[in-house]
Amino acid sequence: MRCDHCGTNEAVIHLTQIVNNQMSTFHLCEACAEEKGLEPGVSAGNFPLTDFLAQMGKGAEVGAAAPPGACAFCGLRMEDFKKIGRLGCPHCYSTFEAHLRGLLRRLHGGTQHVGKVYLPPDPTEAERQERLAGLRRKLSKAIGNEDFERAAQIRDQIRALEAAQNA
Amino acid sequence: MRELNVRADFGLGWLEASGPHADIVLSTRVRLARNLQGHAFGPRIREEDREQVYERASRAVERTRLLRDGVAIEMATLPRLSRQVLLERHLISREMAGEHEAGPPRGAALVMSADERLGVMVNEEDHLRLQALLSGLRLHEAYQLVDSLDEELGSELPFAYHPEFGYLTSCPTNVGTGLRASVFLHLPGLVLTKEIGKVLQGIGQVGLTFRGLYGEGSEVVGNFFQISNQTTLGKSEEDLIDHLQEIVSRVIQYEIKARSVLLRDAPGVIEDKIWRAYGLLRYARSLGFEEVMNLLSGVRLGVSMKLLPGPSVYTLNKIMIYAQAAHLEQGAGRSLSEAESDLHRAAYVRRILASEGDIPAEGSGTGEAQGS
Repeated sequence: MRCDHCGTNEAVIHLTQIVNNQMSTFHLCEACAEEKGLEPGVSAGNFPLTDFLAQMGKGAEVGAAAPPGACAFCGLRMEDFKKIGRLGCPHCYSTFEAHLRGLLRRLHGGTQHVGKVYLPPDPTEAERQERLAGLRRKLSKAIGNEDFERAAQIRDQIRALEAAQNA
Repeated sequence: MRELNVRADFGLGWLEASGPHADIVLSTRVRLARNLQGHAFGPRIREEDREQVYERASRAVERTRLLRDGVAIEMATLPRLSRQVLLERHLISREMAGEHEAGPPRGAALVMSADERLGVMVNEEDHLRLQALLSGLRLHEAYQLVDSLDEELGSELPFAYHPEFGYLTSCPTNVGTGLRASVFLHLPGLVLTKEIGKVLQGIGQVGLTFRGLYGEGSEVVGNFFQISNQTTLGKSEEDLIDHLQEIVSRVIQYEIKARSVLLRDAPGVIEDKIWRAYGLLRYARSLGFEEVMNLLSGVRLGVSMKLLPGPSVYTLNKIMIYAQAAHLEQGAGRSLSEAESDLHRAAYVRRILASEGDIPAEGSGTGEAQGS
């Protein structure tokens, strides 16, 4: 897509404005955007993921290791992923781990999940310990926020898990 | 669990206009994306695997306290129009309705709890999309609901989970918590005072995103904005919810302030706009959907600012849903051309306003023109 302002360069900034109840979208190249005082911010716009993925391998990713072939489980290749913006299966996350880390950092600002720790059916001892650690983190946070109702719920979850462990 | 066809008011509890700020906040939705181990994700899954995912999900649902008394609707068993109706009620996605292809994907299903506050989309882009949908601004309540369901289903089904990346999803924009919390806001004050651009820009800078009423890529219609979290990884579920709650509360305060500025600087203009909107809805003979949405926006503003004595916010919410094309076709019992649809739409709006929101022409909100 060409820049709406100069009509020559490729537009990289997509700006949505609402004026008099009418929504309009402007597409600007980097030079024109800069001229208009619009900084290309990391999270400032809603960019389609596929555009974003097309940018992968340029800039920061240059020099990264060549992508592994195809996912052994579902057969997805890196170029398929870049086209559709969707991974094929849970195993893709391990297959393309190194490449995904860079992408996830840019999408989310980090790669480490700090939310709920999953406790699968028939958990192993290690999974139970992970879950307990996660719950304890949540508990101290709830107490810190003086959210005692929530803290009591988490404490009950911890007790239930500890009881199951000792059973 | 019963198997049912789509009831007249199925899944519309979120329209009831209860809950905090229900005049400004239409609804709150929190969804969690989950996938089962051992199958490819939606876009690459084999046809027979889709059936297996649905079977495994159904068996697990039967064992949950929250869903076992609910209903399961397989998309393939529904006529096209009923799927469109579910889509217009925001209960299923476009992909599940099967709009673009021959029909809905195999094994695609909607499971809803008996109280209709919780649901699961099966065989969407992710195997399971758990969601809580409530009226008004109730982010914490919605998260707690969907979290309880996640606990129940997760202890029955092995979810795809990675110690570093968290819950694994088809799209890397959902990985980690798999959580997307969205709030539907009606912001005519900010649009009319031209402050909305600044507000939306600010939203982008704090890791949130906005969309129109119909999800990704949709236009803003009737001054309705959907604000949701952009990132899903690296923050806990509670932090994502707290952050959205804080920003949405601030946006609501801006909206209230914008409305008081409008009332102070241009009371006559605002009052006229609101009454004109009401007059058109009450008496017009042909109405396009977008026109209805824009007029509803004016009336909603009037009701919220107490410039109009009626109709109720609930009635206005209902019109938003029932004045859509598939709902009108369902009411008419046949397919309608666009021109016919506009006639049916106007007739429906006139009828519901006559029975639920009739206002005497002399009724005046500001009271200036009211005699004793």
